[in-house]
Amino acid sequence: MTHAFAATAAAGSLASFSDGLIVATIVAYAVGLFLFAIEAAYGRREPLRSDDRFPAKAAASSSTVDKGADKGDDGDDFTARGVADDIAVSVRDTGPQSYVSTHAVGRVALAVTSLGFLLNLAQIVSRGIAADRWPWGNMFEFVVAISLCGVGAFLYAAFRHNARYLGMFVLIPVVLLLGIGVKWLYTETGPVIPALDSYWIAIHVTAAIIASGAFTVSGAATVTYLVAYRTEIKRAAGERVTGIAAALPSSGLLDQLAHRFVLFAFPIWTFAVIAGAVWADEAWGRFWGWDPKEVWSFITWVVYAAYLHARATAGWRGPKAAWIALAGLACLLFNFFGVNYLFSGLHSYA
Amino acid sequence: MDRQLHDGDIAMRDLDGTKGAATAGESETAGPPPRLSALGWARWAWRVLTSMRTALILLFLLAVGAIPGSMLPQTTVSEEQVRDFYVDHPDLAPWLDHLSLFDVYSSPWYAAIYLLLFVSLTGCVIPRALAHYRAMRARPPRTPRNLDRMPYSARFTSTAEPRTVLDEARGLLTRYRVDTREDSVAAERGHLRETGNVVFHLALLALLLALAAGAFLGYRGNMLVVEGDGFANTLPSYDSFDPGIAVNDNELQPFSFTVESMDVEFIQEGNFGGQAESYTADLTYREAPDAPEERHELEVNEPLSVDGAQVYLLGHGYAPEFRVTNAEGDVVFDQPVPFLSRDEATFTSDGVVKVPDAGDEQLGFSAVFLPSASESPEGELVSDFPAPRDPVVTLEGYKGDLGMDSGRAQSVYQLYTEDMESMGESPALSPGDTWTLPDGAGTITFTGYSDYASLQVNSDPARLPALVAASAAVLGLVATLFVRPRRVWVRARPDGNGRTVVEVAGLSKTEGAGTAADFHTLAVRLRDRLRERTTVDTATKE
Repeated sequence: MTHAFAATAAAGSLASFSDGLIVATIVAYAVGLFLFAIEAAYGRREPLRSDDRFPAKAAASSSTVDKGADKGDDGDDFTARGVADDIAVSVRDTGPQSYVSTHAVGRVALAVTSLGFLLNLAQIVSRGIAADRWPWGNMFEFVVAISLCGVGAFLYAAFRHNARYLGMFVLIPVVLLLGIGVKWLYTETGPVIPALDSYWIAIHVTAAIIASGAFTVSGAATVTYLVAYRTEIKRAAGERVTGIAAALPSSGLLDQLAHRFVLFAFPIWTFAVIAGAVWADEAWGRFWGWDPKEVWSFITWVVYAAYLHARATAGWRGPKAAWIALAGLACLLFNFFGVNYLFSGLHSYA
Repeated sequence: MDRQLHDGDIAMRDLDGTKGAATAGESETAGPPPRLSALGWARWAWRVLTSMRTALILLFLLAVGAIPGSMLPQTTVSEEQVRDFYVDHPDLAPWLDHLSLFDVYSSPWYAAIYLLLFVSLTGCVIPRALAHYRAMRARPPRTPRNLDRMPYSARFTSTAEPRTVLDEARGLLTRYRVDTREDSVAAERGHLRETGNVVFHLALLALLLALAAGAFLGYRGNMLVVEGDGFANTLPSYDSFDPGIAVNDNELQPFSFTVESMDVEFIQEGNFGGQAESYTADLTYREAPDAPEERHELEVNEPLSVDGAQVYLLGHGYAPEFRVTNAEGDVVFDQPVPFLSRDEATFTSDGVVKVPDAGDEQLGFSAVFLPSASESPEGELVSDFPAPRDPVVTLEGYKGDLGMDSGRAQSVYQLYTEDMESMGESPALSPGDTWTLPDGAGTITFTGYSDYASLQVNSDPARLPALVAASAAVLGLVATLFVRPRRVWVRARPDGNGRTVVEVAGLSKTEGAGTAADFHTLAVRLRDRLRERTTVDTATKE
């Protein structure tokens, strides 16, 4: 078959439209980042409204719970007693109240970030249509898709768990990634090599991208956690803390959030590795051949497994486990950038 | 290995932690200074090995140990690269080899790490599995005396009889294991979490066993098959063969096939011109010599499965065809010769033609095949496209002794010219062109070319078991990370004034939001049901 690529004008203009969208996406994310930073720096500290906690929910349903007003008999600080739905209720251990920096600009930031998310999505879809294939066949496309997943995970956390305060920490790596993608990884829209021409690309690569996005957000939350943890230690020592570090929510909450994203990402990453093995079995004749990419996904898997174990082991929780999670993220990033550029292997299609 | 994978399973973890510390403390403080017997040492070693700390350290070693394998060339991946490394670093390479660093993943030290890890894992998971089995069969734990100490507790009064309250409670707790005590109902659910945990770790053990079995019972071989040629699955048909220890070379699966045609398409123009678009090999095959003939279209992602083995298409190449006549004019050679390509972009290929039966003196040629010959700006003849748009061959001829009878193993892609004399270079030959050798040594004709398929045969009986184990691991992982074990108690006691005091309490064994709200919903539903029921009862009475 004589295949003249990009012969049709329509596909060509769609491809350039897609290239325009990526610039718009970066601009939207950068504006969102700027506004989130303003919120973090100049906002007022307000109690975090977390609507999936019971007392707040009960209060919302036209009943009253005087949380914290009546301290538990046994000196328990976090017992809430009250009446909800005409039932006498006591709830213990609802967790500490957390405060976050809030500013009207934060809502605008969230709206701009959501717009960026839609632009990002449109970019991927139009590129897929222009190339007439699944739109993740090279590094540039991975970076764009990982950004989409990372921002999507953040938007979910922001709307579902009121975790808007993460915006700055998620958008910093996303804008950096996209910048790197456009500057150094950019590849013109085009077809992929025969080995990548399989429905497994939709399964294996999609899973890897979703997991990478969630790991990235978890990493952002982990860094925030470490900063907040240090702030709390300084405060406990009587030091005055100012600036953005002082406005962070409690470290416990951040730790929980970071952990939850790893919980979500880890099984998907496991699945991505296994799906990759099945595909490798079909395409290359072996399901595991210690190709550098395979080695580093295995290392990433092992490090995150260690994180999950460490976080549940007395003496390893807290900052120690957090550093393991960051090591896992470092392995993930190295697998993405380092392996493709430093080593030659079957996955080298940069 | 998973001592406490439970997400925030605080009560259990702290209990275990303090218990472990307490027993350790006791053994240290009790009695005279400890003098451990051999058995004592063994128990100490076993306890250390199966501890979480050790497992974490082993996990890190497993990760760190894998790193050199991605940085240094590995014999399992590419022997050629290892050889190149030896050439580039002649001093360093033998040292690295002593440490098995060219074969990390089958090295003794790497095996030591993962075997220790798996022993540690077994030592932890088996007792845990037994304990879990007992827990699943046991009655849910007895209702605590003070329900209002639970993370969630609620209390209301009802006109319903205590018995009715407990009946209704049982009706509501449909997805729980329910146990009725004297004045209360104890319920629990979420055993699947621990089941998933045990399944995940046992599946990892099974995966390791499957990998080991595959390495023993499987084999892998590579070969090049020129269009029109056949292949029978016997040891001599392979160019390279890598069997497991337990493989009998003489009893490979008796299938055979013929590559009827090999079809390669390249993108012709544009920025991606020259990139391969698809490879297809048309096969006819028989599962056994007496089996019927079948067809299969072999593509990169479409291997042929036959009798437990897989045949893969790895790539393609060109096999130029030559006819050689000797000094007497007899045809002494007439066949295609597979050439190896230097690079994917131009498919400039190198090969060697050896003619041992040419007469008094043997003939040898080293040749370059250019699929699309053109002149470079420097005036050199190069190939500018991988497809055969204008195939050209240039030869360098030798006569003398090929050295094939010396007993030394020879590569078919290399000409050993120590005992040979050069006959100079040929002009550029197009298909059909003949080069008449100097001094009447004969002729060589470039008669045409065929495509060949670069194939791999893989037989790994552990493929499916490994896939099953890996899938089980994922399912177990999902269960252990997302199932939330919970306990609920409902107690109903008469308050002495003709009403019933109902207490509802809930305990979630994992951190995570929303559980108190769930328990509260349960309490409200119980209250509402009891209300409905008592109004119906009073209505019927009246």
